[in-house]
Amino acid sequence: MTMHVDVVSAEEQIYSGTAEFLAAPGEMGEIGVLPRHAPLLTRIKAGALRIKVANSNDEEVLVYVSGGILEVQPHVVTVLADTAIRGSDLDEAKALEAKKLAEEALANRSGSMDYASAQAELAQAVAQLAAIKKLRNRA
Amino acid sequence: MAGGKEIRNKIKSVQNTRKITRAMEMVAASKMRKAQARMKAARPYGEKIRNVTAHLAQALLDYAHPFLTKRAQVKRVGIIVVTTDKGLCGGLNTNVLRTAVNQMKAWQQAGIDVDVTAIGNKGFGFMQRTGGRVVSHVVQLGDTPHLDKLIGPVKVMLDAYQAGQIDELHIVYTRFINTMKQEPVMEQLLPVPADRMKPVSDHPFEYIYEPAPEVVIDDLLVRYIEALVYQAVSENIASEQSARMVAMKAASDNAGTVIDELKLVYNKTRQAAITKELSEIVAGAAAV
Repeated sequence: MTMHVDVVSAEEQIYSGTAEFLAAPGEMGEIGVLPRHAPLLTRIKAGALRIKVANSNDEEVLVYVSGGILEVQPHVVTVLADTAIRGSDLDEAKALEAKKLAEEALANRSGSMDYASAQAELAQAVAQLAAIKKLRNRA
Repeated sequence: MAGGKEIRNKIKSVQNTRKITRAMEMVAASKMRKAQARMKAARPYGEKIRNVTAHLAQALLDYAHPFLTKRAQVKRVGIIVVTTDKGLCGGLNTNVLRTAVNQMKAWQQAGIDVDVTAIGNKGFGFMQRTGGRVVSHVVQLGDTPHLDKLIGPVKVMLDAYQAGQIDELHIVYTRFINTMKQEPVMEQLLPVPADRMKPVSDHPFEYIYEPAPEVVIDDLLVRYIEALVYQAVSENIASEQSARMVAMKAASDNAGTVIDELKLVYNKTRQAAITKELSEIVAGAAAV
Protein backbone atom coordinates (compact mmCIF):
# COMPACT_ATOMS: atom_id res chain seq x y z
CA MET A 1 0.00 0.00 0.00
CA THR A 2 1.49 3.30 -1.05
CA MET A 3 0.51 6.90 -1.49
CA HIS A 4 1.68 9.71 -3.70
CA VAL A 5 3.58 12.56 -2.09
CA ASP A 6 4.05 15.98 -3.66
CA VAL A 7 5.99 18.76 -2.02
CA VAL A 8 5.50 21.97 -3.95
CA SER A 9 6.39 25.57 -3.28
CA ALA A 10 5.38 28.66 -5.20
CA GLU A 11 8.75 28.67 -6.87
CA GLU A 12 9.37 25.04 -7.68
CA GLN A 13 8.45 21.40 -7.23
CA ILE A 14 10.56 20.18 -4.36
CA TYR A 15 9.70 16.50 -4.22
CA SER A 16 7.38 14.11 -5.98
CA GLY A 17 7.15 10.35 -5.59
CA THR A 18 5.39 7.40 -3.98
CA ALA A 19 5.82 6.73 -0.32
CA GLU A 20 4.85 4.29 2.39
CA PHE A 21 4.92 6.74 5.24
CA LEU A 22 5.34 10.43 5.87
CA ALA A 23 6.07 12.36 9.04
CA ALA A 24 5.49 16.10 9.17
CA PRO A 25 5.89 18.78 11.85
CA GLY A 26 2.25 19.76 12.29
CA GLU A 27 1.32 22.89 14.14
CA MET A 28 -0.33 20.87 16.90
CA GLY A 29 2.46 18.29 16.98
CA GLU A 30 4.26 15.78 14.83
CA ILE A 31 1.95 14.02 12.37
CA GLY A 32 2.51 10.59 10.87
CA VAL A 33 0.62 9.75 7.71
CA LEU A 34 0.12 6.27 6.34
CA PRO A 35 -1.76 5.44 3.13
CA ARG A 36 -5.58 5.68 3.42
CA HIS A 37 -5.37 8.34 6.07
CA ALA A 38 -8.56 10.35 6.54
CA PRO A 39 -8.64 13.71 4.71
CA LEU A 40 -6.76 16.24 6.80
CA LEU A 41 -5.75 19.84 6.38
CA THR A 42 -3.28 21.45 8.72
CA ARG A 43 -0.61 24.05 8.99
CA ILE A 44 2.92 22.82 9.46
CA LYS A 45 5.80 24.42 11.25
CA ALA A 46 9.34 24.81 10.03
CA GLY A 47 11.09 21.48 10.15
CA ALA A 48 11.94 18.35 8.25
CA LEU A 49 9.48 16.13 6.41
CA ARG A 50 10.44 12.49 6.66
CA ILE A 51 9.31 10.50 3.64
CA LYS A 52 9.74 6.73 3.54
CA VAL A 53 10.12 5.93 -0.14
CA ALA A 54 8.00 3.06 -1.48
CA ASN A 55 9.62 -0.20 -2.64
CA SER A 56 12.95 0.56 -1.12
CA ASN A 57 14.91 -0.83 1.76
CA ASP A 58 13.66 1.64 4.33
CA GLU A 59 15.12 4.50 2.34
CA GLU A 60 14.11 7.82 3.82
CA VAL A 61 14.09 11.21 2.23
CA LEU A 62 14.37 14.31 4.36
CA VAL A 63 12.89 17.50 2.97
CA TYR A 64 13.28 20.68 4.94
CA VAL A 65 10.40 23.14 4.77
CA SER A 66 10.08 26.50 6.45
CA GLY A 67 6.38 26.00 7.11
CA GLY A 68 3.32 25.67 4.95
CA ILE A 69 0.16 23.64 4.67
CA LEU A 70 -0.26 19.89 4.57
CA GLU A 71 -3.17 18.34 2.74
CA VAL A 72 -3.86 14.66 3.18
CA GLN A 73 -6.19 12.61 1.03
CA PRO A 74 -6.39 8.80 1.17
CA HIS A 75 -3.83 8.24 -1.57
CA VAL A 76 -2.36 11.67 -2.18
CA VAL A 77 -0.44 13.85 0.23
CA THR A 78 0.41 17.38 -0.80
CA VAL A 79 2.66 19.73 1.08
CA LEU A 80 2.27 23.36 0.07
CA ALA A 81 5.61 24.53 1.34
CA ASP A 82 6.62 28.09 2.07
CA THR A 83 9.91 29.00 0.51
CA ALA A 84 10.27 32.03 2.66
CA ILE A 85 10.54 31.99 6.40
CA ARG A 86 7.26 33.49 7.48
CA GLY A 87 5.38 34.56 10.49
CA SER A 88 2.77 37.23 11.02
CA ASP A 89 5.38 39.52 12.60
CA LEU A 90 7.82 39.01 9.77
CA ASP A 91 5.14 39.56 7.13
CA GLU A 92 3.98 42.64 8.96
CA ALA A 93 7.53 44.00 9.03
CA LYS A 94 7.83 43.41 5.30
CA ALA A 95 4.56 45.21 4.63
CA LEU A 96 5.61 48.12 6.81
CA GLU A 97 8.89 48.38 4.99
CA ALA A 98 7.13 48.37 1.64
CA LYS A 99 4.76 51.06 2.85
CA LYS A 100 7.60 53.21 4.10
CA LEU A 101 9.41 52.94 0.78
CA ALA A 102 6.29 53.95 -1.09
CA GLU A 103 5.64 56.89 1.21
CA GLU A 104 9.18 58.14 0.74
CA ALA A 105 8.73 57.95 -3.00
CA LEU A 106 5.36 59.64 -2.74
CA ALA A 107 6.80 62.49 -0.71
CA ASN A 108 8.99 63.45 -3.62
CA ARG A 109 6.09 64.59 -5.71
CA SER A 110 2.63 65.99 -5.37
CA GLY A 111 -0.67 66.16 -7.20
CA SER A 112 -2.95 63.46 -8.46
CA MET A 113 -2.63 61.14 -11.42
CA ASP A 114 -2.23 63.11 -14.59
CA TYR A 115 -4.02 60.97 -17.14
CA ALA A 116 -3.41 63.34 -20.01
CA SER A 117 0.36 63.23 -19.64
CA ALA A 118 0.25 59.48 -19.01
CA GLN A 119 -1.63 58.90 -22.22
CA ALA A 120 0.54 61.33 -24.14
CA GLU A 121 3.64 59.50 -22.99
CA LEU A 122 2.19 56.16 -23.97
CA ALA A 123 0.98 57.46 -27.32
CA GLN A 124 4.49 58.66 -28.04
CA ALA A 125 5.93 55.22 -27.23
CA VAL A 126 3.31 53.57 -29.42
CA ALA A 127 4.10 55.92 -32.30
CA GLN A 128 7.78 55.12 -31.96
CA LEU A 129 7.07 51.42 -32.08
CA ALA A 130 4.83 51.83 -35.11
CA ALA A 131 7.58 53.78 -36.86
CA ILE A 132 10.10 51.06 -36.12
CA LYS A 133 7.73 48.45 -37.46
CA LYS A 134 7.17 50.43 -40.65
CA LEU A 135 10.90 50.79 -41.07
CA ARG A 136 11.36 47.08 -40.64
CA ASN A 137 8.71 46.20 -43.20
CA ARG A 138 10.27 48.53 -45.73
CA ALA A 139 13.70 47.01 -45.34
CA MET B 1 37.98 61.08 -51.31
CA ALA B 2 35.52 63.22 -49.40
CA GLY B 3 33.40 61.41 -46.86
CA GLY B 4 35.18 58.09 -47.33
CA LYS B 5 36.63 58.03 -43.85
CA GLU B 6 33.42 59.18 -42.22
CA ILE B 7 31.46 56.42 -43.89
CA ARG B 8 34.03 53.84 -42.84
CA ASN B 9 33.76 55.02 -39.26
CA LYS B 10 29.99 54.91 -39.42
CA ILE B 11 30.08 51.33 -40.75
CA LYS B 12 32.36 50.33 -37.93
CA SER B 13 30.10 51.87 -35.32
CA VAL B 14 27.01 50.12 -36.72
CA GLN B 15 28.95 46.85 -36.75
CA ASN B 16 29.77 47.33 -33.09
CA THR B 17 26.13 48.00 -32.33
CA ARG B 18 25.18 44.84 -34.15
CA LYS B 19 27.65 42.86 -32.08
CA ILE B 20 25.94 44.10 -28.92
CA THR B 21 22.40 43.45 -30.12
CA ARG B 22 23.42 39.95 -31.27
CA ALA B 23 24.89 39.19 -27.87
CA MET B 24 21.79 40.51 -26.14
CA GLU B 25 19.62 38.40 -28.39
CA MET B 26 21.49 35.26 -27.46
CA VAL B 27 21.50 36.10 -23.76
CA ALA B 28 17.75 36.71 -23.88
CA ALA B 29 17.19 33.42 -25.71
CA SER B 30 18.93 31.41 -23.03
CA LYS B 31 17.29 33.35 -20.22
CA MET B 32 13.92 32.84 -21.84
CA ARG B 33 14.25 29.06 -21.66
CA LYS B 34 15.05 29.24 -17.99
CA ALA B 35 12.23 31.69 -17.33
CA GLN B 36 9.78 29.40 -19.11
CA ALA B 37 10.88 26.47 -16.98
CA ARG B 38 10.38 28.54 -13.83
CA MET B 39 6.98 29.65 -15.01
CA LYS B 40 5.94 26.02 -15.45
CA ALA B 41 7.43 25.04 -12.10
CA ALA B 42 5.25 27.60 -10.36
CA ARG B 43 2.03 26.19 -11.78
CA PRO B 44 1.40 23.09 -9.63
CA TYR B 45 1.46 25.15 -6.42
CA GLY B 46 -1.15 27.60 -7.69
CA GLU B 47 -3.32 24.79 -9.02
CA LYS B 48 -3.15 22.81 -5.83
CA ILE B 49 -3.87 25.78 -3.62
CA ARG B 50 -6.81 26.72 -5.82
CA ASN B 51 -8.25 23.22 -5.53
CA VAL B 52 -7.93 23.11 -1.77
CA THR B 53 -9.30 26.61 -1.34
CA ALA B 54 -12.24 25.86 -3.62
CA HIS B 55 -12.98 22.80 -1.56
CA LEU B 56 -12.78 24.76 1.66
CA ALA B 57 -14.99 27.56 0.38
CA GLN B 58 -17.49 24.87 -0.52
CA ALA B 59 -17.37 23.22 2.88
CA LEU B 60 -17.42 26.45 4.88
CA LEU B 61 -20.54 28.05 3.53
CA ASP B 62 -21.38 29.77 6.80
CA TYR B 63 -17.96 31.39 7.08
CA ALA B 64 -17.94 34.29 4.66
CA HIS B 65 -14.32 35.24 4.25
CA PRO B 66 -13.91 38.85 3.07
CA PHE B 67 -11.69 37.66 0.22
CA LEU B 68 -14.60 35.69 -1.19
CA THR B 69 -17.46 38.14 -0.70
CA LYS B 70 -18.26 40.78 -3.24
CA ARG B 71 -18.82 44.26 -1.91
CA ALA B 72 -21.96 46.11 -2.83
CA GLN B 73 -20.27 49.42 -3.43
CA VAL B 74 -16.85 49.94 -4.94
CA LYS B 75 -15.29 53.27 -3.95
CA ARG B 76 -11.59 52.56 -4.32
CA VAL B 77 -9.74 49.80 -6.10
CA GLY B 78 -6.18 48.52 -5.98
CA ILE B 79 -4.21 47.59 -9.03
CA ILE B 80 -0.94 45.68 -9.18
CA VAL B 81 1.01 46.65 -12.27
CA VAL B 82 3.69 44.16 -13.27
CA THR B 83 6.36 45.50 -15.60
CA THR B 84 10.00 44.77 -16.31
CA ASP B 85 13.01 46.35 -14.63
CA LYS B 86 14.90 46.97 -17.83
CA GLY B 87 13.97 48.34 -21.22
CA LEU B 88 14.95 47.22 -24.71
CA CYS B 89 12.12 44.74 -24.94
CA GLY B 90 9.91 46.25 -27.64
CA GLY B 91 6.43 47.38 -26.74
CA LEU B 92 6.01 45.07 -23.77
CA ASN B 93 5.81 47.66 -21.00
CA THR B 94 3.99 50.19 -23.14
CA ASN B 95 1.23 47.70 -23.79
CA VAL B 96 0.87 46.74 -20.13
CA LEU B 97 0.85 50.36 -19.00
CA ARG B 98 -1.65 51.30 -21.67
CA THR B 99 -4.01 48.57 -20.47
CA ALA B 100 -3.57 49.80 -16.91
CA VAL B 101 -4.01 53.49 -17.72
CA ASN B 102 -7.12 52.90 -19.82
CA GLN B 103 -8.70 50.96 -16.99
CA MET B 104 -7.64 53.52 -14.41
CA LYS B 105 -9.14 56.29 -16.48
CA ALA B 106 -12.39 54.38 -16.79
CA TRP B 107 -12.47 53.96 -13.02
CA GLN B 108 -11.72 57.61 -12.46
CA GLN B 109 -14.60 58.58 -14.71
CA ALA B 110 -16.85 56.31 -12.68
CA GLY B 111 -15.72 58.13 -9.54
CA ILE B 112 -13.54 55.31 -8.25
CA ASP B 113 -10.13 56.08 -6.79
CA VAL B 114 -7.14 53.91 -7.61
CA ASP B 115 -4.21 52.73 -5.50
CA VAL B 116 -1.24 51.28 -7.32
CA THR B 117 1.31 48.65 -6.41
CA ALA B 118 4.12 48.73 -8.92
CA ILE B 119 6.24 45.65 -9.53
CA GLY B 120 9.21 46.46 -11.76
CA ASN B 121 11.17 49.61 -12.41
CA LYS B 122 9.45 50.67 -15.61
CA GLY B 123 5.97 50.71 -14.18
CA PHE B 124 7.14 52.32 -10.95
CA GLY B 125 8.92 55.11 -12.82
CA PHE B 126 5.92 55.65 -15.05
CA MET B 127 3.46 55.83 -12.18
CA GLN B 128 5.76 58.20 -10.31
CA ARG B 129 6.09 60.48 -13.30
CA THR B 130 2.41 60.55 -14.12
CA GLY B 131 1.30 60.91 -10.53
CA GLY B 132 -0.34 57.58 -9.71
CA ARG B 133 -0.93 56.88 -6.03
CA VAL B 134 1.72 54.22 -5.49
CA VAL B 135 1.12 52.60 -2.10
CA SER B 136 3.86 50.01 -2.44
CA HIS B 137 6.39 48.92 -4.98
CA VAL B 138 9.16 46.43 -5.55
CA VAL B 139 11.92 46.76 -8.11
CA GLN B 140 15.04 44.83 -9.12
CA LEU B 141 13.54 41.37 -8.86
CA GLY B 142 16.21 39.96 -11.16
CA ASP B 143 15.87 36.95 -13.40
CA THR B 144 14.86 34.62 -10.61
CA PRO B 145 12.04 36.30 -8.70
CA HIS B 146 11.62 35.29 -5.09
CA LEU B 147 8.32 35.24 -3.30
CA ASP B 148 10.13 36.78 -0.34
CA LYS B 149 10.30 40.15 -2.04
CA LEU B 150 6.66 40.12 -3.08
CA ILE B 151 5.12 39.34 0.30
CA GLY B 152 5.48 42.87 1.70
CA PRO B 153 4.11 44.91 -1.22
CA VAL B 154 1.24 42.48 -1.75
CA LYS B 155 0.39 42.47 1.95
CA VAL B 156 -0.02 46.25 1.85
CA MET B 157 -2.83 45.73 -0.65
CA LEU B 158 -4.33 42.75 1.16
CA ASP B 159 -4.37 44.71 4.43
CA ALA B 160 -5.98 47.66 2.70
CA TYR B 161 -8.61 45.32 1.32
CA GLN B 162 -9.33 43.78 4.69
CA ALA B 163 -9.47 47.18 6.32
CA GLY B 164 -12.02 48.27 3.73
CA GLN B 165 -9.77 50.91 2.19
CA ILE B 166 -10.02 49.24 -1.18
CA ASP B 167 -12.95 47.18 -2.41
CA GLU B 168 -11.34 45.33 -5.30
CA LEU B 169 -7.86 44.25 -6.28
CA HIS B 170 -6.71 43.72 -9.84
CA ILE B 171 -3.47 42.75 -11.49
CA VAL B 172 -2.12 43.73 -14.90
CA TYR B 173 0.76 41.81 -16.43
CA THR B 174 1.97 40.35 -19.71
CA ARG B 175 0.81 36.82 -20.33
CA PHE B 176 3.27 34.59 -22.08
CA ILE B 177 1.56 32.80 -24.98
CA ASN B 178 4.57 31.78 -27.02
CA THR B 179 7.94 33.15 -28.05
CA MET B 180 6.43 35.44 -30.65
CA LYS B 181 3.28 36.41 -28.84
CA GLN B 182 2.72 38.00 -25.45
CA GLU B 183 -0.33 39.94 -24.49
CA PRO B 184 -1.23 42.28 -21.66
CA VAL B 185 -4.01 40.94 -19.47
CA MET B 186 -5.90 42.23 -16.51
CA GLU B 187 -7.32 39.89 -13.90
CA GLN B 188 -9.31 40.36 -10.77
CA LEU B 189 -7.62 39.02 -7.65
CA LEU B 190 -10.01 40.17 -4.94
CA PRO B 191 -12.71 39.34 -4.28
CA VAL B 192 -11.79 35.97 -5.76
CA PRO B 193 -14.07 35.55 -8.80
CA ALA B 194 -16.72 32.89 -8.19
CA ASP B 195 -15.82 30.83 -11.25
CA ARG B 196 -12.31 30.34 -9.86
CA MET B 197 -13.80 28.79 -6.78
CA LYS B 198 -15.79 26.09 -8.51
CA PRO B 199 -15.93 22.83 -6.62
CA VAL B 200 -13.33 20.39 -7.81
CA SER B 201 -14.71 16.97 -6.91
CA ASP B 202 -18.25 15.71 -7.22
CA HIS B 203 -18.14 13.39 -4.24
CA PRO B 204 -18.08 15.60 -1.17
CA PHE B 205 -15.90 14.84 1.80
CA GLU B 206 -14.86 16.73 4.89
CA TYR B 207 -11.34 17.41 6.06
CA ILE B 208 -10.12 17.16 9.60
CA TYR B 209 -8.79 20.63 10.34
CA GLU B 210 -5.94 21.53 12.57
CA PRO B 211 -6.19 23.94 14.31
CA ALA B 212 -9.48 25.34 12.95
CA PRO B 213 -10.92 25.67 9.45
CA GLU B 214 -11.09 29.47 9.64
CA VAL B 215 -7.40 29.75 10.43
CA VAL B 216 -6.44 27.39 7.66
CA ILE B 217 -8.57 29.13 5.05
CA ASP B 218 -7.13 32.53 6.05
CA ASP B 219 -3.64 31.24 5.49
CA LEU B 220 -4.59 29.55 2.27
CA LEU B 221 -6.25 32.57 0.72
CA VAL B 222 -3.29 34.84 1.42
CA ARG B 223 -0.98 32.27 -0.13
CA TYR B 224 -3.34 31.83 -3.04
CA ILE B 225 -3.20 35.53 -3.91
CA GLU B 226 0.56 35.55 -3.48
CA ALA B 227 0.87 32.51 -5.71
CA LEU B 228 -1.19 34.28 -8.40
CA VAL B 229 1.00 37.37 -8.16
CA TYR B 230 4.13 35.23 -8.27
CA GLN B 231 2.78 33.40 -11.30
CA ALA B 232 2.10 36.74 -13.00
CA VAL B 233 5.61 37.94 -12.22
CA SER B 234 7.23 34.80 -13.58
CA GLU B 235 5.10 34.96 -16.73
CA ASN B 236 6.09 38.57 -17.10
CA ILE B 237 9.77 37.66 -16.94
CA ALA B 238 9.35 34.95 -19.56
CA SER B 239 7.51 37.48 -21.73
CA GLU B 240 10.22 40.07 -21.16
CA GLN B 241 12.99 37.74 -22.27
CA SER B 242 11.20 36.57 -25.39
CA ALA B 243 10.15 40.12 -26.31
CA ARG B 244 13.74 41.24 -25.85
CA MET B 245 14.97 38.37 -27.96
CA VAL B 246 12.63 39.33 -30.80
CA ALA B 247 13.44 43.04 -30.47
CA MET B 248 17.16 42.41 -30.48
CA LYS B 249 16.89 40.10 -33.46
CA ALA B 250 15.06 42.84 -35.35
CA ALA B 251 17.73 45.33 -34.29
CA SER B 252 20.52 43.04 -35.53
CA ASP B 253 18.72 42.58 -38.85
CA ASN B 254 18.26 46.33 -39.17
CA ALA B 255 21.94 46.89 -38.44
CA GLY B 256 22.73 44.45 -41.26
CA THR B 257 20.58 46.44 -43.69
CA VAL B 258 22.15 49.72 -42.60
CA ILE B 259 25.64 48.28 -43.06
CA ASP B 260 24.77 47.08 -46.57
CA GLU B 261 23.42 50.50 -47.51
CA LEU B 262 26.44 52.28 -46.09
CA LYS B 263 28.82 49.93 -47.92
CA LEU B 264 27.09 50.71 -51.18
CA VAL B 265 27.46 54.44 -50.59
CA TYR B 266 31.08 53.98 -49.57
CA ASN B 267 31.95 52.02 -52.70
CA LYS B 268 30.18 54.53 -54.89
CA THR B 269 32.12 57.45 -53.40
CA ARG B 270 35.35 55.53 -53.68
CA GLN B 271 34.70 54.73 -57.32
CA ALA B 272 33.70 58.30 -58.08
CA ALA B 273 36.93 59.51 -56.50
CA ILE B 274 39.03 57.08 -58.53
CA THR B 275 37.29 58.05 -61.76
CA LYS B 276 37.82 61.70 -60.98
CA GLU B 277 41.50 61.19 -60.25
CA LEU B 278 41.98 59.13 -63.42
CA SER B 279 40.34 61.75 -65.60
CA GLU B 280 42.50 64.41 -63.98
CA ILE B 281 45.66 62.41 -64.76
CA VAL B 282 44.55 61.76 -68.33
CA ALA B 283 43.68 65.42 -68.79
CA GLY B 284 47.04 66.39 -67.28
CA ALA B 285 48.93 64.02 -69.60
CA ALA B 286 47.05 65.37 -72.64
CA ALA B 287 47.97 68.90 -71.71
CA VAL B 288 51.71 68.14 -71.60
